[in-house]
Amino acid sequence: MSDILTMCKIVLSSLRKKTACQMYPVKPAKFYKNSRGHIALEPAKCILCTLCAKRCPTGAIEVDRTKGVWQINRFKCILCNECVHSCRPVALSMENQYAAPSANKDIETHNVEIKKPAAKPVAPGESAENS
Amino acid sequence: MANRTIIPFGPQHPVLPEPIHLDLVLEDEKVVEAIPNVGFVHRGLELLCQKKSFQDMVLVAERICGICSLIHGVGFVQGIEKVMNLEVPERALFLRVFWGELSRIHSHILWLGLAADAIGFESLFMHSWRVREMVLDIFEETTGGRVIFDAVKVGGVRKDISKETFTRIMKQLDKVEEEYKQIAEVFIKDFTIIHRWSNVGVLSKENAAKLGAVGPTLRASGIKSDTRMLKYGAYEKIDFEPIVEHTCDCYARSLVRVKEVYQSFDIIRQCYNKISEGEIETKVTGFPTGEFFSRVEQPRGEVIYYVKGNGTKFLDRFRVRTPTFANIPPLLQMLAGCDLADVPAIIISIDPCISCTER
Ligand code: SF4
Ligand code: SF4
Repeated sequence: MSDILTMCKIVLSSLRKKTACQMYPVKPAKFYKNSRGHIALEPAKCILCTLCAKRCPTGAIEVDRTKGVWQINRFKCILCNECVHSCRPVALSMENQYAAPSANKDIETHNVEIKKPAAKPVAPGESAENS
Repeated sequence: MANRTIIPFGPQHPVLPEPIHLDLVLEDEKVVEAIPNVGFVHRGLELLCQKKSFQDMVLVAERICGICSLIHGVGFVQGIEKVMNLEVPERALFLRVFWGELSRIHSHILWLGLAADAIGFESLFMHSWRVREMVLDIFEETTGGRVIFDAVKVGGVRKDISKETFTRIMKQLDKVEEEYKQIAEVFIKDFTIIHRWSNVGVLSKENAAKLGAVGPTLRASGIKSDTRMLKYGAYEKIDFEPIVEHTCDCYARSLVRVKEVYQSFDIIRQCYNKISEGEIETKVTGFPTGEFFSRVEQPRGEVIYYVKGNGTKFLDRFRVRTPTFANIPPLLQMLAGCDLADVPAIIISIDPCISCTER
């Protein structure tokens, strides 16, 4: 019952085949539409509602409404997609390409223009600073 | 009596990617006793339930293990859903089974590769992982992740698969099965493998039952037991028979896994034929109150989740009993009396997942 020819056949036939590896980085990595690579922000669309920061399970996102700063710590982000789902104005998106490696654990900062809320009343302290 | 020597095995060892330490008590070349020591990568995930909302805990549960991640998530949400009396849509249940069985295929092929590597069969290891890569591609296409999927959530699943994609994936899976068939033949027939694994690490039927082995380790000792027989989720609508082997050695354990991959292909086909269109999630309102023991079958065996909610968004208690933890006492039984050179092959044969065990 036992034999060694089965494996020999596989090994010999794979000699004729092309390499099974993707040959990255000579060839670019292949991604799918769903591939989760990194979170990208479109600052023009962000209304600084802080929902993404509240929903993020790892606390990777920090939003400062008064200064108009949106920050992400890519080393904390686990690419769960929660922030993308919670962002109503669709300012966040999941990009396919993985985030670039980094030697320092930097926090990525985006400046977002503070938009005046249309009709909503604003807390007194905040409105003084915003106007 | 010969002199006794103690040889440390691990936590860093070439055959095991994960840290487990065993003190092997030897008499000449024979192991008389093995004393285990785990806890090198303990992360305290269970306590995190008091800091993360029960919906975010799904993400934590998935990260207990990098191989059976999806099934960890399923076990956890199943517990929460039972506590909250949620009615999960049928399509979501079928998708969970689809991804679950795909995980089983990828986990078993990964194990077959590692086991081949442990006995020095390098080319077979490479070929196994080549086939596994095709399965990971399907995962990336459908869920977005290769090993951590984040595809389940309380009340359903996060991602749907369209009809066309599903049909294409089934064709792709046919191709995977064809490739798999070739390497499976090697695991069944090859002289080296049979010679290396036969009569090594024997765990008798009585001992397997007494020491509480689970999963393929248990089934290879001739006991027909599979948590999927409880018919949880969509398994209710799926026919299958657990695979049982009777020779109780390492070779039997590899045979069980080789055959379970075919079985998983079959279950996926049943899923494809029986899945109906519809919603993929229900709305979750309120917070869990009460407790539940949820049991699911992972590639490595039965995993048990205990969840206890107190009516707030944080759980009171979350507890996991993973299959490797249950398989350690049987492993010690197998090691007693074996040769020192057989130790790596025997340890690999229970498919140890130490990161699961230490949560
Ligand atoms: S993907 Fe998840 S972890 Fe990453 S920033 Fe968004 S919510 Fe946070
Ligand atoms: S990115 Fe979206 S969710 Fe986050 S603060 Fe801006 S608008 Fe709100």
